[in-house]
Amino acid sequence: MRPRLCGRLAVENAEVFTIYKGEGIGAAVPRVGAKRLVQGQAHYCDDLELPRMVHVCFLRSPYAHARIASIDTAVARAMPGVVSVLTGADLRSHCEPFLGILSHLPGMVSAPQWPLALETARWQGEPVVMIAAQTRALAEDALALVEVDWEPLEPVVDPEAALAQDATAIHPELEKANLAYEARVDRGDFAGEVARSALCLSLNISTTRVTAVTLEPRGVVAKWDAGREELTVWMGTQVPHMMQSVLAKHLRLSENRVRVVGMETGGSFGLKIHAYPDEFAAVMLSRLLGRPVKFIADRLESFSSDVHARAHNARVEIAVSPDHRIRAFGVDGLLGIGAYSKHPRGSVNEVRHVVNLLGAPYQFAALHAHVRVAFQNKTPYGMYRGVGHPIVCLLTEMAVECAARKLKVDPVEFRFKNYRADSDYPAELLSGTKLEALSHEACLRQLVSLMDYPALRKAQAQALADGRYQGIGFATFVENSNHGAATYGRGGAPIAANDGCTVCLQVDGTVLCNSGVTDTGQGTETALTQIVAHTLDLPLSAVRMQLGDTAAAPVSGGNWGSRGTGIAGEAALQASLALKDEVLRCASVLWDVPQGRISLNGGHLVDSIGGQSLGTLAQLCQAAYVRPDLFKSGPIPQFAVTRFYAQREYDGGIYTNGVQASMVEVDIRTGCVSLLKHWIVDDCGVVINPALADEQLRGAIVQGIGQALLEGCLYDDQGQLMNATMAEYLTPMAGEMPDIYVGHVVTPTRSSELGAKGVAEAGITGAIAAVVNAVNDALFPLNGQVTDLPVTPDRILKAIGVIH
Amino acid sequence: MTYLNDLGPGTGLNIELQLNGQPVRAQVSVRQNLGDFLRESQGFKGTHIGCEHGVCGACTVRVDGRAVRSCLSLAVQADAAQVFTIEGLSDDPVVRVLQDSFVNCHAMQCGFCTAGMLLTAAELLQVQPEPSREEVREYLSGNYCRCTGYESIVNAVMDAAQTLRKAGGGER
Repeated sequence: MRPRLCGRLAVENAEVFTIYKGEGIGAAVPRVGAKRLVQGQAHYCDDLELPRMVHVCFLRSPYAHARIASIDTAVARAMPGVVSVLTGADLRSHCEPFLGILSHLPGMVSAPQWPLALETARWQGEPVVMIAAQTRALAEDALALVEVDWEPLEPVVDPEAALAQDATAIHPELEKANLAYEARVDRGDFAGEVARSALCLSLNISTTRVTAVTLEPRGVVAKWDAGREELTVWMGTQVPHMMQSVLAKHLRLSENRVRVVGMETGGSFGLKIHAYPDEFAAVMLSRLLGRPVKFIADRLESFSSDVHARAHNARVEIAVSPDHRIRAFGVDGLLGIGAYSKHPRGSVNEVRHVVNLLGAPYQFAALHAHVRVAFQNKTPYGMYRGVGHPIVCLLTEMAVECAARKLKVDPVEFRFKNYRADSDYPAELLSGTKLEALSHEACLRQLVSLMDYPALRKAQAQALADGRYQGIGFATFVENSNHGAATYGRGGAPIAANDGCTVCLQVDGTVLCNSGVTDTGQGTETALTQIVAHTLDLPLSAVRMQLGDTAAAPVSGGNWGSRGTGIAGEAALQASLALKDEVLRCASVLWDVPQGRISLNGGHLVDSIGGQSLGTLAQLCQAAYVRPDLFKSGPIPQFAVTRFYAQREYDGGIYTNGVQASMVEVDIRTGCVSLLKHWIVDDCGVVINPALADEQLRGAIVQGIGQALLEGCLYDDQGQLMNATMAEYLTPMAGEMPDIYVGHVVTPTRSSELGAKGVAEAGITGAIAAVVNAVNDALFPLNGQVTDLPVTPDRILKAIGVIH
Repeated sequence: MTYLNDLGPGTGLNIELQLNGQPVRAQVSVRQNLGDFLRESQGFKGTHIGCEHGVCGACTVRVDGRAVRSCLSLAVQADAAQVFTIEGLSDDPVVRVLQDSFVNCHAMQCGFCTAGMLLTAAELLQVQPEPSREEVREYLSGNYCRCTGYESIVNAVMDAAQTLRKAGGGER
């Protein structure tokens, strides 16, 4: 047995977990379920066909802000093949509206949101009329026959203008026009530190709205079974139990009559953790019609109705002492979140992270943070991989590199000088954020070695002598995972921070598990399978992990915030450890050998004296189920175990950390950026599957590169989204992305026996800042600096004075 | 299982094709695209519809030996054609090797782009059995993957190319 301390395994170093044989914890096995993916046999939501199913589409507002004077659906309803045409007024009495606020955030407000707009449409793309027909094509035909009398209103587009005294109120019932949330933190003598500093600089940084662009669009299939009085909803989702709670509450059903089945999901990245009004309307329709209903967003609908994220305007300040010590960080930020705060998580977490984590890797004496969040007539805002962490990393790390350049100090040296030492954790930031155990120094040491930093600087100097502008940029990041109740539950959102996993032995000795997390590509299915197989010393093929079906799985918070492996994995570990204890107890009774001498080994129960197999796990299970009389000398065998795990030691979550570096070359005639190489050293604690962890980092880094250089939802001044196609919204392509080198530092969390932290968001969190810093390093000899994202060729050419 | 279509009486066209090696006769709406025909009328759900405007490549299928975007092709254009979806290609020697390499190189996460990637990569390896990494990246640039960042997919295609060269009589 491994040593236990206070009921918890003592994880002193990573080796405990990484040297196991075969396929268990620490093994880089291929993805469980990969076969179904490569053979086209996976079942996504849109693949589901049900008898009498109808297909819906939505008439969406063509205006960013308009009053709906009247809607005439008569002609559409009469079209052959059309089953129903419903407006917001038709649905209103059948549901409770959404309200996307978290009650533990003082002053946060939003307005009730109905599944279809009632009198006023508040963003271009808001669903207004729902049409159901025998096929999606027929529904779209009918859509053209609906007559809406629109009265356009003044659109409120710019967030600063939205907060002006005389701005049009998007939600007139709210007290302060268009102010959704405001937060301010001042710690230490900020003004004094600035006055005493040798260098104080400020940067005005802006980022453009992006959206996740999952390759599989959002969708839902709903079926109301009137006989059983049961609603079943199949969807690509990260959060089946959250959706169960939301649907039950807002449709006035009890949760045990709502089953949500998480299907194979074609990417999520935070996009699929929200309650969307169109999906909700489709589910309601199933109940109203008594027929199955399918809604799958098309790509245009996706761009205009999936959550957007990360549109910040921020002035960041850094003050540095004469001996090159960072003394203060400051930020004044503004965020526009669209027409509604998203239900049920709200849309202000990005600025909470900015306040909580500005300057997080560094020791400094004073913090000033003031952020405001405005409503505007744009698509509602929500979570996107990393949420605010990439933004606060960008603000912090652009300021740090800019300061190092101004001081003519190497950016690596400057960071080593200012990091909080790895030995100084646990630590509490000036903002009050508590960090368990971070390893910035170890990560940067490994990174510098991995990239051969001195040689790259020499190569950069040589390139410059040849007239080529190369740059190297760094970014130190912190990233939250394994969230506690403070993230959502304390604010009243129905999102579990306590996850269950059931591990059940079958009669033939194989294992069937159920967890309420999902796997939308992260590898959760693989990681949880490895954890259970490892604990019971079985091959992966003997363990089957079913995810995301609320009818089978205990309550779970789902997959978000890099919590799947760290939280649900710990629940799987605890359930399988308890099952193992029961297996050994029953084996002891059956074969009359003291329990302490028996171990599980590859499906056999082995007596440590003599090393002989007493029998197989299959034989034990058969006896336990069909011959329980053989166990009369003890309790009845209990071969299904459910255990819950909640991370309660760090209320705000367990933070991960790492460092990234990017090397680029900028063509100063065209402004085009070539990505030469990218490196990351990440610390996510114990790594369950190194191959899949590395792939999470790589994939997320490329998404970060997308936001740094390519992506942006472009709106005109009337609130019209101008680039709602994949040809015009530029996501990274294979031909322009670099190879990415990955290293790990392993600092296990002591908040769980498993010791795993999250890994899914680390890549995107540091990549944006690393790439932008690299571009600015390349432009430095030309006195150029870019502070608006994405860093497009025209912005680069403007920064170096080639165009104006 | 019957699948829905939006045919009004007398509005369809008859087509005959070989689909995954089997003869298929169908009456299709003239506006129905090939992807919807394969998924909704024929039940081959391994072809995924990602953007419906020819950019993402998730809907790629094989028509008369070429990788084709089924969202930009009409079903009526498949008349008299040999059409393969991923479901019908798991015995194809190149696709099978690619599938193994994709599994072993961890070259998929959500799997939504995977069928299209495999078919495009198979087309590349048929015309260029010994591609460079840059050639693979270039050839796959019309197939979007939002999960992997592409490196593992490039690794898998390079790995498959090597396996196929070995199987075909040693390294060149």
